[in-house]
Amino acid sequence: MRLLDRLPRPLLVFFTVIGPGFVTAMVDNDAGGIYTYSQAGALFGYMLLWTLPPIALLLVVTQEMNARMGAVTGKGLSDLIREEFGLRTTFVVMALLVLANLTNVMANFAGVASALELFHVSKYVSVPLAATAVWFLVVKGNYQSVEKIFLLACVTYIAYIIAAVLMNPDWEASALASVRPVVRWDPLYLTMIVGLVGTSVAPWMQFYLQAAVVEKGITVKDYAESRIEVIVGCIVMVVVAFFIVVACAAAIWQHGPREIASAADAAKAFRRFGDYAFLLFSAGLLNASLFAACILPLSTAYSVCEGLGFESGVNKRFREAPVFYWLYTGLIVIGAAVVLIPGFPLVRMILFSQVINGMLLPLVLVFMIKLVNSPALMHEWTNSRLYNIVAWVAVAVLIAMTAVLIGTSAYNMYFGTV
Amino acid sequence: MADSLLFLTELMGMRVYDLKGHRIGRVRDACLSPRVDKVRVDQYLVGGEWTWWTIRHDQVATISLDGICLRDEKLVPYHDDVWSLRMVRDLLDQQIIDAQGRKVVRVNDVTFGMKSVDGHDELFVREVDVGVRSIFRRLCQGVVPPRLVRRAMARISPHSIRWEFCNIIEPDPQRRLRLNIDMKGLEDIHPADLADIVEELSHEGREAVFESLDSEVAAETLSEVEDTKTQVSILESLDADRAADIVEEMAPDEAADVLAEMEEASSEAILDEMEEEEKTDVEELLEFDENSAGGLMNSECISVPETSTVADALRAVAENAEQVDTLTNLFLLDADGRLAASLPVARLLLADSATPLSTLAGRDEVVSVSVTEGRERVIELFDRYNLMALPVVDEAGLLVGSITADDIISVLRQD
Repeated sequence: MRLLDRLPRPLLVFFTVIGPGFVTAMVDNDAGGIYTYSQAGALFGYMLLWTLPPIALLLVVTQEMNARMGAVTGKGLSDLIREEFGLRTTFVVMALLVLANLTNVMANFAGVASALELFHVSKYVSVPLAATAVWFLVVKGNYQSVEKIFLLACVTYIAYIIAAVLMNPDWEASALASVRPVVRWDPLYLTMIVGLVGTSVAPWMQFYLQAAVVEKGITVKDYAESRIEVIVGCIVMVVVAFFIVVACAAAIWQHGPREIASAADAAKAFRRFGDYAFLLFSAGLLNASLFAACILPLSTAYSVCEGLGFESGVNKRFREAPVFYWLYTGLIVIGAAVVLIPGFPLVRMILFSQVINGMLLPLVLVFMIKLVNSPALMHEWTNSRLYNIVAWVAVAVLIAMTAVLIGTSAYNMYFGTV
Repeated sequence: MADSLLFLTELMGMRVYDLKGHRIGRVRDACLSPRVDKVRVDQYLVGGEWTWWTIRHDQVATISLDGICLRDEKLVPYHDDVWSLRMVRDLLDQQIIDAQGRKVVRVNDVTFGMKSVDGHDELFVREVDVGVRSIFRRLCQGVVPPRLVRRAMARISPHSIRWEFCNIIEPDPQRRLRLNIDMKGLEDIHPADLADIVEELSHEGREAVFESLDSEVAAETLSEVEDTKTQVSILESLDADRAADIVEEMAPDEAADVLAEMEEASSEAILDEMEEEEKTDVEELLEFDENSAGGLMNSECISVPETSTVADALRAVAENAEQVDTLTNLFLLDADGRLAASLPVARLLLADSATPLSTLAGRDEVVSVSVTEGRERVIELFDRYNLMALPVVDEAGLLVGSITADDIISVLRQD
């Protein structure tokens, strides 16, 4: 609090506005997200920008339901799934969540490694250091203040906007492309669309957001503000995505469309536009990867322990909450160690993670809609009929897309890339 | 199987046979009637081909892992019964409070003890199971034969809570009454631990706990809840008169802190229901800025004229016995009622009862603070003079209250 009081006024306003919704949205633009948006821009230029407004809508619909459930019931999503659908279902969901998030953690440590390799820091130094720092920060330090530092560092996302401007992109084309849907029956193009949606709406967000809303003590009384915050968060996230796509379209696609191997690869392409663009992009990548590497293991450990009824919390001692700590530590250690194994099929792991995410997401969404429509839980706060139609359509679209994604990812895992 | 154990996971799905050995259906749930007997399974609910049947406990002949055999087959169709606690629906997978381990746990399974009573088998609830062993049983339930499960799970250490320490969280007050849920066990838990438990519960769970606790325990617990926002939401979830009962029992400074954070209408409603004396104390404190000495202070403190003796002082303490747990200093007032000295209570222990207090207080000038002083200054004074209590005075130098070291610790922790 004291630290906050001393901050200049504009920053103070920033911290009072932000909350769980904003944090979730920011973490959503993690290493995997940045990579996917860069890829979309590098391969297809401005063409895919039209997918961003519908993605924003999808995000808002799903996230809003979570925030509302958290505010009304005061229970996390894994708690509710456990109470309404029993232990076995919860166990399956949690097992999938751990698997999916483990690979997400790997992707983010890989992000840390590649961002720092751009500055000639060996991954054998950066990754163990980052993993240790993350572990200590959360277990021994004060996560609340760490979160504020990260959020402040999220200002680096403005870097993408500046980077995009520095690239001198075709603004007219990008504005047009944002509202004009283009459908091409090209497998690569379709996979890209599915990838964009898949990376934006991930299962962990549902668990994390609802838990964060409960943790913050938001009730129906202050829910109106919370809803605005969730919506603003989703929009900001999509705006950042927009500029990443535009920047990569201008920096790479305009000079000849090509596939990029990693987010760091995109950063390299920025170099010819000057050191600032390059620096900004890599700093953004580093911050996003570290932030996600902090939040994902913690949120997973919380969700699993709540759902299965183990003690949880960083304020507990190791002896009091062994499952929580083992899970948390395991996710970080395995997630980081894997990146260091020479020749580890990381890309294949990330494809695998998308398959698991894809299997889990429809499951979680169906549970969510059922829970949010239960009058016993939600009283007068259930979905309206129109809302339900939108939600079910969103779920149907997501299920269809993830089915495609699972298909192609599974195909790629066995037969190499397209 | 006389005097042995049976798990709810084994009971569920267990086959039920009539007198001729024909299968009627499978067990779906087991009910207690806590008003009649807190531990005995009163009814077994059996899913037949078309409907659920109710089997009274005395209609059962034998229970074993192979199934339940009846001795009386006049069954009635199941109707929901407000007096019964259904183990699967109301207990399994829900959160309960473990009064012995002082934490919130989730029910994975229930252990019954089986006894032969008047020649037939009865089940009694013994423990609620949490932990890995019961998760294993749940995952195997209906898939792996029970005997195999029992053998396999022997390697995992059990983790159970005795039934008498289990507190079911039921938000509906009428149902709490019907199910004989009183949460009396919680009142033995230290308020600080109870506050931790409460913070883990859902909104409804918190409401249920605060409705059932004794007002004094509820007040102590509410004071220990760390986040003011949570305190506010708890008070707002209660009826105004119940909330007022709790606020009256709180230290006025803490009560004022919570009420100050509430919406005008809710805090007014609570103040209206409060007793006149407590209400004035709190209302006075509400006037001050929460970051000033006035906002931090407690208006309850003990003061005596400086001319009085140790015996007078002890009498004054006896009259304010409710403050004795947190009492560190007595304040001496001069003839005009202005603060003259601050006297550590411990000094009374060493003095003869006829000793005048002024000789005990010493010659040092008393450290005090004005009601409008900022909290930074207050903290500084505590640090510099190693204070346990700091008297607060108004413009005229009259004593209005005191700030104690525990208030300062809370302030420092919040920063």
